[in-house]
Amino acid sequence: MKPAPFTYYDPHTLDEALGLLAVHGDAAKILAGGQSLVPLLNMRLAAPDVIVDINRLPDLDFVTTDNGLRVGALARQAMVERDAAVRDVAPLVTEAIAWVGHRQIRNRGTLVGSLAHADPAAEMPLVFLALDGELHLRRTSGSRRVSAGDFFVHIMTTALDPEEIATEASLPPVPPGSGSAFLEVARRHGDFAVAAIAVVVTIEAGRIRRARVALGGVGPTPLRATRAEERLVDEEPTNELFVEAALAASHDCEPVTDIHGTAEYRRELVRTMVYRGLGRAVVRARTGAAG
Amino acid sequence: MTTRWFGDRVPRNEDQRLLTGQGRFVDDISPSNALHAAVLRSPVGHARLLRIDTAAARALPGVEAVWTAEDLGDALRPSPLVVPHDSLTHGRTQYPLATDSVEYVGQPIAFVVAADRYVAEDACDLIEVEYEALPAVVDLEAAVAPDAPLVHPDVPENVAAHLVQSVGNVEEAFRRADHVIEERLVLERGAGQPMECRAVTALFDPVEEVLTVYDTTQAPLSIRNGLAVLLGLSENQVRVVAPDVGGGFGVKIMMFYAEEVLVPLAAVRLGRPVKWTEDRREHLIASNHERGQIHWASLAATNEGVILGVSDRFLHDTGAYTPYGIIVPIITATQLPGPYRVPNYHSDATVVYTNKVPVTPYRGAGRPHACFVMERLMDRLADRLDIDRVEIRRRNFIQPHEFPWDVGLTFQDGRPTRYDSGNYPEGLDRLLEALDYEGFRREQAEARLAGRRLGIGIAAYVEGTGIGPYEGAHVRIDGTAKRVVVSTCVGTQGQGHETAFAQIVADELGVEPSEVRITTGDSRAMNWGSGTYASRSAVVTGNAIGAAARVVRQKAQSVASGLFEASPDDIELEWGRVGVKGSPQHSLSLWDVAVVANPIRYAYGDQASEAMQLMKTRDGAALESGEAPGLEAREYFAPDRATWASGAHGAIVEVDADTGSPVILRYVAVHDCGRVINPTIVEGQIHGGVAQGIGGSFYERLVFDEEAQPLSSTFMDYLIPTSMEVPDIETVHVETPSTLNPLGIKGAGEAGVIPVAAVMASALEDALSEYDVRVNQMPLSPSDIRDLIRLGTDVIGSQPG
Repeated sequence: MKPAPFTYYDPHTLDEALGLLAVHGDAAKILAGGQSLVPLLNMRLAAPDVIVDINRLPDLDFVTTDNGLRVGALARQAMVERDAAVRDVAPLVTEAIAWVGHRQIRNRGTLVGSLAHADPAAEMPLVFLALDGELHLRRTSGSRRVSAGDFFVHIMTTALDPEEIATEASLPPVPPGSGSAFLEVARRHGDFAVAAIAVVVTIEAGRIRRARVALGGVGPTPLRATRAEERLVDEEPTNELFVEAALAASHDCEPVTDIHGTAEYRRELVRTMVYRGLGRAVVRARTGAAG
Repeated sequence: MTTRWFGDRVPRNEDQRLLTGQGRFVDDISPSNALHAAVLRSPVGHARLLRIDTAAARALPGVEAVWTAEDLGDALRPSPLVVPHDSLTHGRTQYPLATDSVEYVGQPIAFVVAADRYVAEDACDLIEVEYEALPAVVDLEAAVAPDAPLVHPDVPENVAAHLVQSVGNVEEAFRRADHVIEERLVLERGAGQPMECRAVTALFDPVEEVLTVYDTTQAPLSIRNGLAVLLGLSENQVRVVAPDVGGGFGVKIMMFYAEEVLVPLAAVRLGRPVKWTEDRREHLIASNHERGQIHWASLAATNEGVILGVSDRFLHDTGAYTPYGIIVPIITATQLPGPYRVPNYHSDATVVYTNKVPVTPYRGAGRPHACFVMERLMDRLADRLDIDRVEIRRRNFIQPHEFPWDVGLTFQDGRPTRYDSGNYPEGLDRLLEALDYEGFRREQAEARLAGRRLGIGIAAYVEGTGIGPYEGAHVRIDGTAKRVVVSTCVGTQGQGHETAFAQIVADELGVEPSEVRITTGDSRAMNWGSGTYASRSAVVTGNAIGAAARVVRQKAQSVASGLFEASPDDIELEWGRVGVKGSPQHSLSLWDVAVVANPIRYAYGDQASEAMQLMKTRDGAALESGEAPGLEAREYFAPDRATWASGAHGAIVEVDADTGSPVILRYVAVHDCGRVINPTIVEGQIHGGVAQGIGGSFYERLVFDEEAQPLSSTFMDYLIPTSMEVPDIETVHVETPSTLNPLGIKGAGEAGVIPVAAVMASALEDALSEYDVRVNQMPLSPSDIRDLIRLGTDVIGSQPG
């Protein structure tokens, strides 16, 4: 469990870091919190020629909540978790981030790093998909923004080009009258999800005007359960509606069997958790409670 | 002897060191010029080795040696078969490095020694091996099918051993039975995961020609003796030390693991210290495993629920080799009747080779399997007869007046399976009281109305502990240092030996436990003994230490009787003083008596010099023939046979029927290990065992694919329960002293783990009774529990969110 040899760089400016990526391309890997990369290196499952450690870059460890949520590439998950303002503007993030690994992992791991790693069973990709998040990507020649829906391409594969750095992730403000819920079943406290769901509903005049149902651990990326969302929009929130939407969500995913659960089980979990999550989110939307 | 310390919750002597990071583990021992080793392990489950090319690895800068089997010379020998048995007709042990085939993923193929571990691993990556794939034997039942591929070409049907034991007449018992229960019961493969992985560091001193090996082994003397033979050295040229060791659980006892041969050999050949520390991936893939049995068990009973007989046929997965003989299946077979009267019993065990890591004992060592089978049968019988699961056990328990109870089998030590003492009904009563069994039934009914599913499970077990052959101890009073110094060579892996043994000595010699310094696991400190395994150290070593301390006490009495001109019988040792009963002015400190007991004509230190003044000059020789200086003794204890501990555990579990997730709300362990030396230490043992049992019930499962690739090779996939998954464990002590040793002790090391899977299976069935769930296999994931529920109705529960 010792990594294969690599060349290590610790640039002190973003331009310097982007320059290194421009030169080394996909021979390089970016090290931020290191909570996924370092185990991969130690087990020699990844053997990049070059490591670009971005921990010395200035001004990337921010969390702002002025207009929605903005999280810099070096903001640790624990920073986001502890920030009371995050709970107000994006309660779903606060609810879900406690499920990310263990406290020690969240102290080191970065939120943006989790998005860039794109484990399909990870919590943050799921939440950013549910909340219409965006990734801000920089390269020497410019920058671009990519929606979470377009960012996650396949298992641990994203729209990031090898010469790009994800410098920030952001969420738009949640409309008034919204409520959300995050549910997960993991084998143990702190494990990746066997399956997880995030739901966001916005209620106006007693009807659901907007719905987001996102599923994790049941496909190659986090997924939007679009049929479930369609079933919910413009309807009055009732138990029967939740039952139907949950059933629809369970058909909106592509789970596989592994040693932690069968595909069928994961589909059942989606159904159970979407059903329970909708109930919770609607109560929160109506009462204005956190979430 | 007073028992001021025996039975007391004495704080542990070792905790100051261990809890402040001052412990010294093998990996902490880093000789400055040490080389570092790495092992190239087979990536395939079964293959012929066609070609190994080490040229590129040898050429890598920093590499000192790259060895394959052909480089080992005289050290290329299969490791010894540690516990031979007549039924083990086709035993096989492995070479340190694979010769012309590999039989499991993880099997050592080449050994690299380099400047550091990074380079050593780089070199492993450069070794080219050409494999010719052979069909892998994975599934236990498929392995014994007539056309199955063979793990070893010269072992027909992959059967290593066939072990049959019988008591009474089972066929006749089944013929006259009112009821017969039949079940197929499975416990899957799992393994001990000590916090510290294995490690070996070896140094050879070419001047003194002494090899020193620091090894995480549980049995340093066995390793020393074996290495001496293997390397052509005398036993006193080899010193094996097991320093602080972070957990053993059985997985650290082997004769040998490859690295235990290769690292010392490299230190001798290369003339430099060599160090190897196993990483977690290696531990999961290549250190020994356990569990892994399939049983077809049946039980015959009367209408009243009285057992007439039990018949059990099982397959035991031994992996690719049998380095530890057939100890595990023997224990399963002989402990299956448990605490019950089973007048007729038949056990038929087939030990099967598969292309997996070898199986050797892991905490419980065959007992969790046996307990799971017997307790499942008891639950089924209760259900069949519509008798409470508690009542069915009461009707079949061996009663306190029936000891010694002869089961009629031959145990792992080759001695009769004869329970020495116990009180099983009391244990069960104490359990029910602690659980509030009747009260729980009301709580369960109320919870059900609120949509919650609670269940209770109980299980009882016995455990043969403290087997021979023997252990020894040396006790000496160091008068000038004011300490009692004790040596034994069993290894210590966190059991609190430095405290429990000190308590025994403190009572014999009238000193404080903190004044007793215990050395374990150093072959230079004690030359004779066996090792730490089979819940035996407290029983066998504890009694050896007690015996040695007793002799030292008698010597102190004898010396003092001379000084005070009193009869030895009138001399007492208390509060650190040796004196004449009822005459406090006639007393000396024990330390001074020790100084005086050494008839030399000088002593360092004021107090010692003062003590010397008391020495009486005697005519003639300073020592008479047969007399020895000082206060010291070496004694041994060899038990006649195992002493039988017992217990009853119970749990209350809540299951979310929609997600299949269980939550353990309460866990109570009633435990009888005879006389308890230190309740805190015993409770710690139980807590750890229960945690491992919870792992074996819901989390820990070593899965292999059809090509014998391990799929649970990291802690992301082999799931150890954490403090979040383990509830507070309540313990209750029952004490029925052993009749087989002077201190009345029974073993406690393995007990905690034994009944847990049986308890959880029973609790799950109770919680999910409306679905008629039947638990015949452990461990179970939530996904498996959902499979069992086979919910006919809508999956969605009664309440949203």
